[in-house]
Amino acid sequence: MSHSHVSTTINGQAVQYACPTDASLLEVLRDQLGMTGTKEGCGSGDCGACSVSLDGRLVCSCLVLGVEAQGRTVDTIEGMADKNKLHTLQTKFLEHAALQCGICTPGVLVAARSLLEKNPDPTEQEVRYWLAGNLCRCTGYDKIIRAVLEAAKAMREEQA
Amino acid sequence: MSAQTKQFKVIGQRLQRPDGIDKVTGRARYGADIDAAGMLHGKILRSPHAHARILSIDTSAAEQLNGVMAVITRADFPTPHKGFEDVQDNCMAGDRVLYDGHAVAAVAATSKHIAKQAIKLIKVQYQVLPHVTDVEQAIQPDAPVVHSGLVSRRVPKGFSENVVRYSSFGHGDIETGFKAADAVLERTYKTEATHQGYIEPHACMASMGLDNRADMWVCTQGHFWIRNMCAGVMAMESASLRVTASEIGGGFGGKTTVFIEPVVLALAKKSGRAVKMVMTREEVLRATGPTVSTMMHVKVGMNKAGRITATYAKLFYQAGAYKQATVDFGAMPAFAPYALENVKTEGLDVITNRPRTASYRAPGAPPACFAAESAIDELCQELGLDPMEVRLINAAKGGTKSSYGPTFEDHGLIQCLEAAKAHPHWQAPLEINQGRGLAAGFWFNFGGETCVSVFLNNDGSVTVTEGNPDIGGSRASISMMVAEELGIPYEQVRTTVTDTGSLGPNEPTHGSRVTFAVGLAAIKSARAIIDEIRARLARMWEVDVTDVVWQDGAAHYTGNKAGTFEPLDLRQVADIANNLGGPIAGHHEANAEGAGVSFGVHIADTEVDPETGFTSVKRYTVIQDAGKAIQPDYVEGQLQGGAVQGIGWALNEEYVYGEDGCLQNTGFLDYRIPVASDLPMIDTVIVEVPNPGHPFGVRGVGETPIVPPLAAIANAVSRACGKRQVDLPMSPPKVLASMQKA
Ligand code: FES
Ligand code: FES
Repeated sequence: MSHSHVSTTINGQAVQYACPTDASLLEVLRDQLGMTGTKEGCGSGDCGACSVSLDGRLVCSCLVLGVEAQGRTVDTIEGMADKNKLHTLQTKFLEHAALQCGICTPGVLVAARSLLEKNPDPTEQEVRYWLAGNLCRCTGYDKIIRAVLEAAKAMREEQA
Repeated sequence: MSAQTKQFKVIGQRLQRPDGIDKVTGRARYGADIDAAGMLHGKILRSPHAHARILSIDTSAAEQLNGVMAVITRADFPTPHKGFEDVQDNCMAGDRVLYDGHAVAAVAATSKHIAKQAIKLIKVQYQVLPHVTDVEQAIQPDAPVVHSGLVSRRVPKGFSENVVRYSSFGHGDIETGFKAADAVLERTYKTEATHQGYIEPHACMASMGLDNRADMWVCTQGHFWIRNMCAGVMAMESASLRVTASEIGGGFGGKTTVFIEPVVLALAKKSGRAVKMVMTREEVLRATGPTVSTMMHVKVGMNKAGRITATYAKLFYQAGAYKQATVDFGAMPAFAPYALENVKTEGLDVITNRPRTASYRAPGAPPACFAAESAIDELCQELGLDPMEVRLINAAKGGTKSSYGPTFEDHGLIQCLEAAKAHPHWQAPLEINQGRGLAAGFWFNFGGETCVSVFLNNDGSVTVTEGNPDIGGSRASISMMVAEELGIPYEQVRTTVTDTGSLGPNEPTHGSRVTFAVGLAAIKSARAIIDEIRARLARMWEVDVTDVVWQDGAAHYTGNKAGTFEPLDLRQVADIANNLGGPIAGHHEANAEGAGVSFGVHIADTEVDPETGFTSVKRYTVIQDAGKAIQPDYVEGQLQGGAVQGIGWALNEEYVYGEDGCLQNTGFLDYRIPVASDLPMIDTVIVEVPNPGHPFGVRGVGETPIVPPLAAIANAVSRACGKRQVDLPMSPPKVLASMQKA
């Protein structure tokens, strides 16, 4: 298997790695870089557990090749909190008990952040459709949707 | 003081869980999140046939591939301990494969890539045998037989050898009851198999020394059972295997047994290296433990006043390739919400060429409840009766002889029905093409084998060690109960789920047992600490121990020398504990009794598109008796999550088998669980009728919420489209076809 050398930026840090050309970005993150916060639920783009941002766009990292990160920026759950300060979405997820087992949580949080970057004031329906690619088997989504709406509100107030 | 009148300080608050921050930051370690030095990657070769004889397995090419460190087949497994034969056979096929996806061989290699290549080099010669996957076909006398000679004595004649077990429950005389009815309804219902659908695939890592001592890291609901089963399958002593449970990404019953774990051990043994294996989603769907599929005949009689005069159900549960008892857990709870004079249920366990079923949240109950509650709803329509009133008239109470035998203690069914009736949802107007469904449901709840230790640390903080993987916040709930009992702040207590080498055996996180049983044991351990403190202070103060009481987090002297001794709080006690005889700890080991039954009532509004037969859920409300909600957020979460799993079962989830007996929908794209945009908010009402078997009144809440939704949705769809739905899932083509029938 041939390897490629990749220079990329992950959570604001310059990172270099050599990865097999057929390795997914998810495999690189988890197996090579030890960044196991991004989860694998299916490996086929159906569950959203592996969600990351690539140049600000929400992607399933299981459907992106590791080599595709060359020269781009990747943002994962590990970069969401600002050092010791949780992101408002993370705080609201805890306050609203929006996680049970928590395996979907990193992906849902990354996806929700990407929504709020584009649309700081989404309706319930907009949140539901945006998160439709993030499967959660535990919560029935109710508390997740509430937490995202509350976070959006709090973030708007912070901005105001 | 009774649980009802007691004023709680910690319990009932919406406090945050100790594992929360790790889970929102990606720091929490799940099954696949750990590596070891020199670790190999395991991979399993699986059967492409539903039923076949294995004529030969040639592993030589795989063994020669560079980087392959071990290849195993069934020949590498020892004779299992008695009782673990089926478990071993399910983990690695013997001379026959019994279902599509059955494990045939496995490899361990230095990379995932090589492991994947290696299994392709294993050559298996199969002689394909006739197969059967459908429950109705499997019971026919001429059906292909999965296993010969398993039929137990009570099974009635006239079926194939695939019908292996028979059970029956009930009391009274149903024939008399049916004669007394003004209307009698008979229907046959069917449900398809579903999967628990946990988002985290099974994952495990193990290593084994030359002395056959092993360590394992695994995502499981119950590492003590994993240990026992692995030891059984690998013919080891339990004490020589130490299992640590990772954080777990959902289980719902499906992670209470072994699939890959013994295989990983066998690979570790043969390679002498640590081996990690992570299932793919396809493997999870093909080769773990889905639910039963069912065919159910139900007969219910009712008089004009709405009184149910008799009920009968005959349940055929297809439970996969090995004998199971799941059907009993359909036959027992089917009519449990009702006080019945005449009730009879019969259960028949049917084996087929499908994966061995595992538990899924109230295993067995949702299909039976779907059938029973559908029949009752249809009778209400036929007799022009209000379904809520009919349920109120017939509801079982404390003191009612249950449909499966025992007499109920106090429980909250009536209160749930009253709350449902009073809920704005029940009265809200419906629009065109919409229907409202109501269903009640029951689950036994369970206590079981439990060990807990509680330690007073040197600084006065408290460590609780327990053995039940925490899926939905149980560490928080247990800390809260200990804090309540000790009268200290929640933050002073930390609960840890410990490994199998550090505590006595615990049953898995199943049966809705953890908050009840582990909570009970933790409270008793805390009481042991209090008693120890009282005894030591009595000695120090040279007073009678009965004059030392523990109140509001401190020891007080209440005897006639009152005023002589200052109260001592837990931190002060910890400070002097070593001078008073050493460390202080409490522990409790028991089979927890008195779990307290659980009832729930669900209301569902659906809209059915007359053009396509597509159903959307417009509104949903869950009302359930929690006894006492320790952390209400987590109780609500169970009610919401269970309801939505039930909605998926009702509307879109099913195992689809082809003519070849192979599973056709092996990914989340085709095995479609509900997504956020499919659903409304899930409203919840927590009713609290204390369970007399728990000091704070706790009843388990995890399983009951998946029992009523199949029926609630079916009743709503039937009323919305005007055609009774008897076949799950109610996929658009099926609903449309029923609407087009005259
Ligand atoms: S793991 Fe990438 S979408 Fe499921
Ligand atoms: S919290 Fe378990 S899958 Fe979402």
